[in-house]
Amino acid sequence: MTDIIASTEQAPVDPHAPLLEIIDLDVSFRAANGTETPAVRGANLTVYPGQTVAIVGESGSGKSTTAHAIINLLPGTGKVTGGQILFQGRDLTKLPAKQFEDIRGDAIGLVPQDPMSNLNPVWKIGHQVSEALRANGRAKGAEAKRQAAQLLTEAGLGDAERRLKQYPHEFSGGMRQRTLIAIGLAARPKLLIADEPTSALDVTVQRQILDHLEELTAELGTAVLLITHDLGLAAERAEHLVVMYKGQVVESGPARRILTDPHHPYTRRLVASAPSLVARRSDTAAARAEVVERAEQAADAAVVADGGATPAGGARSTGEDVLAIENLTKVYKIRGAGRNAGEFKAVDDVSFSVRRGTTTAVVGESGSGKSTLAQMVLRLQEPTEGRVLFDGADVTTFDRKAQFKFRRRVQPIFQNPYGSLDPTYSIYRTIEEPLRLHNVGDKRSREATVRDLLDRVSLPASVMRRYPNELSGGQRQRIAIARALALRPEVVVCDEAVSALDVLVQAQILDLLSELQADLGLTYLFITHDLAVVRQIADQVCVMQSGKLVEVADTDTVFESPQQEYTQALLNAIPGATLSTSVVDAGSRPAGE
Amino acid sequence: MSESALRAEQTHFRADQAHYVADLEETPLATTDQVDESTPPGGLWLEAWRSLRKRPLFIVSSLIILFLIVVALFPNLFASQDPRHCVLQHSLGGSTSGHPFGFDLQGCDIYSRVVHGARASVSVGVLTTTLVVLIGGTIGAVAGFYGGMLDSVLARITDIFFSVPLLLAAITCMQAFPDKTVVVVALVIAAFGWPQVARIMRGSVISVRSAEYVTAATALGASRTKVLLRHVLPNAIPPVIVIATVSLGAFIALEATLSFLGIGLNPATTVSWGGDINTAQNVLRSNPSVLLYPAAALSITVLSFIMLGDAVREALDPKSRKR
Repeated sequence: MTDIIASTEQAPVDPHAPLLEIIDLDVSFRAANGTETPAVRGANLTVYPGQTVAIVGESGSGKSTTAHAIINLLPGTGKVTGGQILFQGRDLTKLPAKQFEDIRGDAIGLVPQDPMSNLNPVWKIGHQVSEALRANGRAKGAEAKRQAAQLLTEAGLGDAERRLKQYPHEFSGGMRQRTLIAIGLAARPKLLIADEPTSALDVTVQRQILDHLEELTAELGTAVLLITHDLGLAAERAEHLVVMYKGQVVESGPARRILTDPHHPYTRRLVASAPSLVARRSDTAAARAEVVERAEQAADAAVVADGGATPAGGARSTGEDVLAIENLTKVYKIRGAGRNAGEFKAVDDVSFSVRRGTTTAVVGESGSGKSTLAQMVLRLQEPTEGRVLFDGADVTTFDRKAQFKFRRRVQPIFQNPYGSLDPTYSIYRTIEEPLRLHNVGDKRSREATVRDLLDRVSLPASVMRRYPNELSGGQRQRIAIARALALRPEVVVCDEAVSALDVLVQAQILDLLSELQADLGLTYLFITHDLAVVRQIADQVCVMQSGKLVEVADTDTVFESPQQEYTQALLNAIPGATLSTSVVDAGSRPAGE
Repeated sequence: MSESALRAEQTHFRADQAHYVADLEETPLATTDQVDESTPPGGLWLEAWRSLRKRPLFIVSSLIILFLIVVALFPNLFASQDPRHCVLQHSLGGSTSGHPFGFDLQGCDIYSRVVHGARASVSVGVLTTTLVVLIGGTIGAVAGFYGGMLDSVLARITDIFFSVPLLLAAITCMQAFPDKTVVVVALVIAAFGWPQVARIMRGSVISVRSAEYVTAATALGASRTKVLLRHVLPNAIPPVIVIATVSLGAFIALEATLSFLGIGLNPATTVSWGGDINTAQNVLRSNPSVLLYPAAALSITVLSFIMLGDAVREALDPKSRKR
C-alpha cells in the first residue's frame, strides 16, 4: 500500500483531544402502545484519534444501538432521549438531518454486520464503491473509478479492475466484507464504526480481515469503534474496552486491565466464560477429564442394567466404540445444463470412531461437509458410499422397524433454537412427542417424565404450558435438549448446538451438556465451526476441510501439537490467540457472585 | 505480552479512559436466561386471537358477518312477509307501512326479498369455500410435501385449471345442470376455483417442509404422513385461511354474477340478490331504488369478508404483531 489516497484536507486533529465523546447517552424505543423502552441508559465512552475502542456485550446489551446513535441511524422508533455525542467537539444529537449527510461517510464510516445483505445485488461492485466516493464529493467519473479500484486493492482484493465489474453474488462472504470495508473507508473518515464486522464469516477469514483492517486503519490513522460479542476478539484488537450489559456500561478500561482484573460481576462472568479465553486456560482439560470418567461409569452402569444385550442382538461391552464411520462419502449431483452439470463431493471418504461416554467434535468451516456428515449419521440422508456402524450394526441397511428403534437411541440437537421447535406445539407437547411416538408409558407417567426432563435442563415446570415464541434462545435450546433426551438415547448428535447463543448462555448450555453426559453416560458427536468451544466439551477432534478428514486426534494433542497446517490455521484464528497465557489464566478465578 | 497490551501501555494515561466500574446497585445482575413469567402463556393461535380481537376492522366485519349468518339461518325473524307472495297491483310501489323498501316490478316486497336472499349467498359462499379449501388444500399440500414427479404432475394440472377463466368455465358448465340449486352452483364454482388455494398451500408447505422442527420430528421417528399432518399442515395453514376468507366474498359475488346472467340459481325456486339485481335493471331508469337494496346487501357482504380476511392476515403475520 504505497499509494494511499490522501486524508481529508480539514484541519489536523489534535491527538490529545478526544475524537468522540459520548456523555450520559440515553436511547429509547417507543412501542406501538406509546410506552418508551430504554435501550441505552447513561452510557459514557471516549475515543481518541487513531485509537481502537471495543464495545463488548451480548445481544440486547445496547452495543449496536449506541453505535447507530452516533451516526443517527437508529432503526424504527429509536430516539436519543438524553446525553451528548460530541464528535470533535460538535454535539451530533443536535445536528439537523441535512448536516448529518456530511458527517456520515466523510467523517464517520460504517462497516455493517452482515456482508450478505449490505451490498445491493443489482449494482456492480464498482458502482457501489465509487458511489461512496461520489456521495462524499471525493471524486467523479473516471477518477472515481480509478480510486475505487485502488480502494479495493487496499482492502485486500486482488485483480481490482476485474472485481469492479462483478456483482455481489459473485463474491464470497469474505470478499464482500472487504468491499464493505473499502466503502467504509472510501472517504477517509476519522472514525470507523465496525459493527460485528466478521461475525458472519469463517474464523480463518475473520482473522485475515481483522488483521487487514487493523493494518489499514493504523496506516490511515483512523480511529475504530469495534462492536463485538467476543471478549477475546475485543481484547486482542482494542486498547480500550467498554463492557455493556442491559443498556448500561458496567465496566470500561484498558483491555488488559479488564481481562486480568475484572471488577463488575458481569464482567467477571464474561471473562470466566468467553470460549476463546477458556479454550486456552490450563484447567479446562482437567475439568473435562473428570466429566469423561463419570460418563464412562454411567455408561457402564447402563449397560449392566440392560443385561449386556443390545436390541441389535450383539453383546455390548463397555468402553468400546459405539459409533464407527467407515469410508463415508456423499456425492451431490449439481443440476444444470450441459457443462454446468456435475458432481460435488460434500463428504469424501471419511472414517473415524467414537467411544462410548465421550465427545467427538467434528470441526470445519462452512462448506466442509460437517453437517452433511451429521445428517448421514442420523440417517436423515443416505450416504453415496461407506457405512455408519452403530453398536456394530450398519445404520444404512436398517429397515423401517430397525430404523425406528435406532431413532430411539440416537438423537439430534440442532443449531437454530428458533427453528427446531414447532411454534404450534406447547412445550409440554414438544417434549412429550417422542414419548408418544414411541408409545412410552401412559399419559400420567409421560407427564412425570416431562417434569423430570424440565428439571434436568433447569427449567421450571410452569413452562410446560408455554409456547416456543415466549422463550429465549437459550431456553429453547434447553427444551430441544430435553426433547432429545426424552427417549434416553445413547448418542446425541449436536449440530452447532451452541453456535447461535450468547456467550454466557452458551457457557451454561455447555455446562449442562457436560453434566448430562456425566450423569447419563451420553456419547456426543459435536459438530461445530468454533474450535474454542471444542476444548471445553470434546475428547477427540476430527478436523474437516472441503469434505475430507484432515486430522483426527485427541483434543489435547490437537491444541498442543497440531499436525496439519490447516488445523494450525484454525487454532491461530481463535480470537485472543495472541494474548499471553498469564493474562488468560488470570480471568479464571472463581467469580464471586 | 500481546501487541495490543503493549500499545495500551505505551499510550499515555488518559483520565477519561481510566478503569471504570459501574455501581452494582445501579446495574443489578439478572439471572442469565430467566423465564419471563409475567405474561400469560399463549401459542401462535392464541396470540393471533388476542391481537385479532382488538382490531376495529375485525370487530366491525365479524359483527356484520355474524348478523348475516343469523339472517341466513332465520330469515323469518326479520321479515314476516313471504318473498314470493307478489301482488302486481303494488308493482314499483314506494315504501309503505310494513314494506320499508317498497315493491319491485312484480309487486314483491323488496325488504323481504333482500332478507331471504342472504341465505342463498351465504350458503353458496360457505359451501364453495369449504370445497375449495379441501380440494385445493389437499392437492397443494401433497404436491408441496412430496415434491418430485408427483409435484410436477399436480402443478401442471393446477396450472391448466388456473388458466381457465372462472366465470367462463362456470357459464359453460352451468348449462349442463337443469336443476340449478345451491349445491350445484357451489360445486361448479369450486371445480374451477381451487387452483388459487392449491398454489398458496403448495408454496406454504414447501417453505415449512424444510424447517428444522420438521427434520427434528423425522429424527424422533415420526413417519412422513405424521410429519405432514402434525407439523407441516398446522404451520402451513395460516395463508390459506386468509385467502379462503377473502375468496368467500369473491365466491358470493360470483354466484350473484351467475344469477344475474340468469344461469345461476333458479329464480323460481331460490331468492337471490343476483337474480333480483337482474330484474331490477329493467326499471333502473324509472325506479333505481329497486336495484339499490339487493346491490347494497351484496356489496356489504362481500366487503365484510374481504375486511375480515385483511384483519386475519395482519393478526397471523407475526411481524405486524406487537409483542
